[in-house]
Amino acid sequence: MTYRLAAIDKSSFAAEREDDFTVIGSVVRRSDALGHVTGRTEFFEDVAPPGLAHLKMHRSARHHARIAGVDLTEALAVPGVLKILTHADIPNNLYTPLKLIGVGPDDEPILAVDKVRYLGEPICAVVAVTEAAALEGAARVKVTYEDLPAVFDVEEALAEGAPLVNEYHGQNHFIYEGHHCRRIRFGDVEKAFAEADHVFEWRYQSAPIEQAPVETTGCVVIPQADGRLRIHSDTQACFFTLDNTALILETPFNKLRIVGGTVGGGFGGKVDVVVEPVACVAAMMTDRPVKFVYNRYEEMQVSSPRAAERIYIKDAVMDDGRIIGRKVTLYVDSGAYARHTPYGTTKAAAHLPGPYSIPNVWADCHCVFTNRTPSSAMRGFGVTIGDFALESQMDRIARALDMDPLRLRLLNAYRDGDLKAHRKVAEGTALVEVIQKAAEMSGHELPEAYRRMSSLTREGL
Amino acid sequence: MPSQIVSLVVNGEPREFIAAPGMTLLAGLRESLGLTAAKRGCGQGTCGSCTVLVEGQARAACLVAVETVAGLSVSTLEGVATGGELDAVQSSFVDNFATQCGFCTAGMIMVTEALLDRDPDPSEEDVAEAISGNVCRCTGYQPIVIAILDAARRRREERASR
Ligand code: FES
Ligand code: FES
Repeated sequence: MTYRLAAIDKSSFAAEREDDFTVIGSVVRRSDALGHVTGRTEFFEDVAPPGLAHLKMHRSARHHARIAGVDLTEALAVPGVLKILTHADIPNNLYTPLKLIGVGPDDEPILAVDKVRYLGEPICAVVAVTEAAALEGAARVKVTYEDLPAVFDVEEALAEGAPLVNEYHGQNHFIYEGHHCRRIRFGDVEKAFAEADHVFEWRYQSAPIEQAPVETTGCVVIPQADGRLRIHSDTQACFFTLDNTALILETPFNKLRIVGGTVGGGFGGKVDVVVEPVACVAAMMTDRPVKFVYNRYEEMQVSSPRAAERIYIKDAVMDDGRIIGRKVTLYVDSGAYARHTPYGTTKAAAHLPGPYSIPNVWADCHCVFTNRTPSSAMRGFGVTIGDFALESQMDRIARALDMDPLRLRLLNAYRDGDLKAHRKVAEGTALVEVIQKAAEMSGHELPEAYRRMSSLTREGL
Repeated sequence: MPSQIVSLVVNGEPREFIAAPGMTLLAGLRESLGLTAAKRGCGQGTCGSCTVLVEGQARAACLVAVETVAGLSVSTLEGVATGGELDAVQSSFVDNFATQCGFCTAGMIMVTEALLDRDPDPSEEDVAEAISGNVCRCTGYQPIVIAILDAARRRREERASR
């Protein structure tokens, strides 16, 4: 049922466009749709091996505390409880998922050792023959805490005297090649502020955002006769999960097999490797298939959300709307552990100063540790909140100058050949044409000079 | 309380299984009968992914204690296609891209079956009302609403041509 829905619009960049697409512009049926509408698609939790045991986590009831003691006596006495795993049972208890691409240090325990750093952090894993017994066992684990002061705000966490969240880093921020943050230094922003007709500075911030897939995070691990483990998982990243799990289990990669790729919604929330390693250890220690799946509360409380951010943007602007300097101070709340947020913060820096050619740019992008739920990936993480701030800033500047916000953007939009703040030459830019088209489609009038602008040239500016 | 044998008519066939006290209809279908189309998104009646029909009425199977429906007829997504042929709702969901990850799809289709059984010509508002208990995080709902209205049209046409 492949048919062309709409002709390809070749009005922009005609010379660069071919019209011989076979898929673009046509309707292609999803390959998995038949399985979905008949109920035959197999999600990980549809796998029901005989003898399946259930794993439930006892989690931290504190934001930040030393663990004074863990008493498993009552939990072990619950009928049906097979095993309770603590940090001592995990072969390599300390990890960070991006170590696969050389990011360090290892900063997160699979199961807490002597300290908890966020509410809901896993402490011990109860494995039982029924889900009810596992829940009952997890509820009966007794942990005694010595509370530590907690910090929940990125700027407070960086202030002097703030409680140290993560000892493996040694300070409340990630270090980028010896620097306290990801930085951009291009031109001289202070000079631009001195020369500008206007200086505008505003603050933007966002809360953490939970991906909230309808299927919660989980896996079923089935020990095989040949000693391998078969992992049915809803991870968004099968091989990433396999490799990280092997490192945590200290086992060769070929001892693990992942069956996955069918994900009941992920949006980035199923990229961290949080359920598979502990379920694998449980399966090895009990020699039974083990299921570890979050309930809805866990999905909302402990699965890693999009990071909260706080962003200050200060712009040097001329009367005619040209932005001649932009200074950005950006904080990304990593929560208690790094996960994917050092990378997200780098993406935030890479995205500045937005799709505009600004001759003087200064940015400090901080990846900050606090006692909040570790944040991680979510659709365009590191970029979307920055865009919210940048584009809000553009609208506010337009309003302050009493200028059409589209014209302000067309004036400042990057063109092919411009040197970007990261010292890369811009190519394949199309912002000018996109704005022109959007204006046309929404009946927003642009003067002739703006309609003649092009991404290919700075003429007419 | 001891376990008991529960009999149900599932997708037209009589079925029996042993139910521990408090077992939900969802667990009975998925774990005892191996009918896994209905999903557990929340286990607390808030997402609709577990929706099945009990005597033709859409119910959240995660909230129904299985002994309370003993002897009644239950319909699940597995029983909707007949002889390998998709019904109008299923094919309309495929054609209108109303399924992405597919996790909400069983629930969405079952509420649609119940809706179209009681109202062959629903308005867009009726459709929105019917799926108001079903969460979809992928589609943004619009393709689902379009698919349901299209399914209603297809079904009316099928009826008329018969
Ligand atoms: S699982 Fe039943 S309503 Fe969510
Ligand atoms: S298709 Fe993914 S939740 Fe609806």
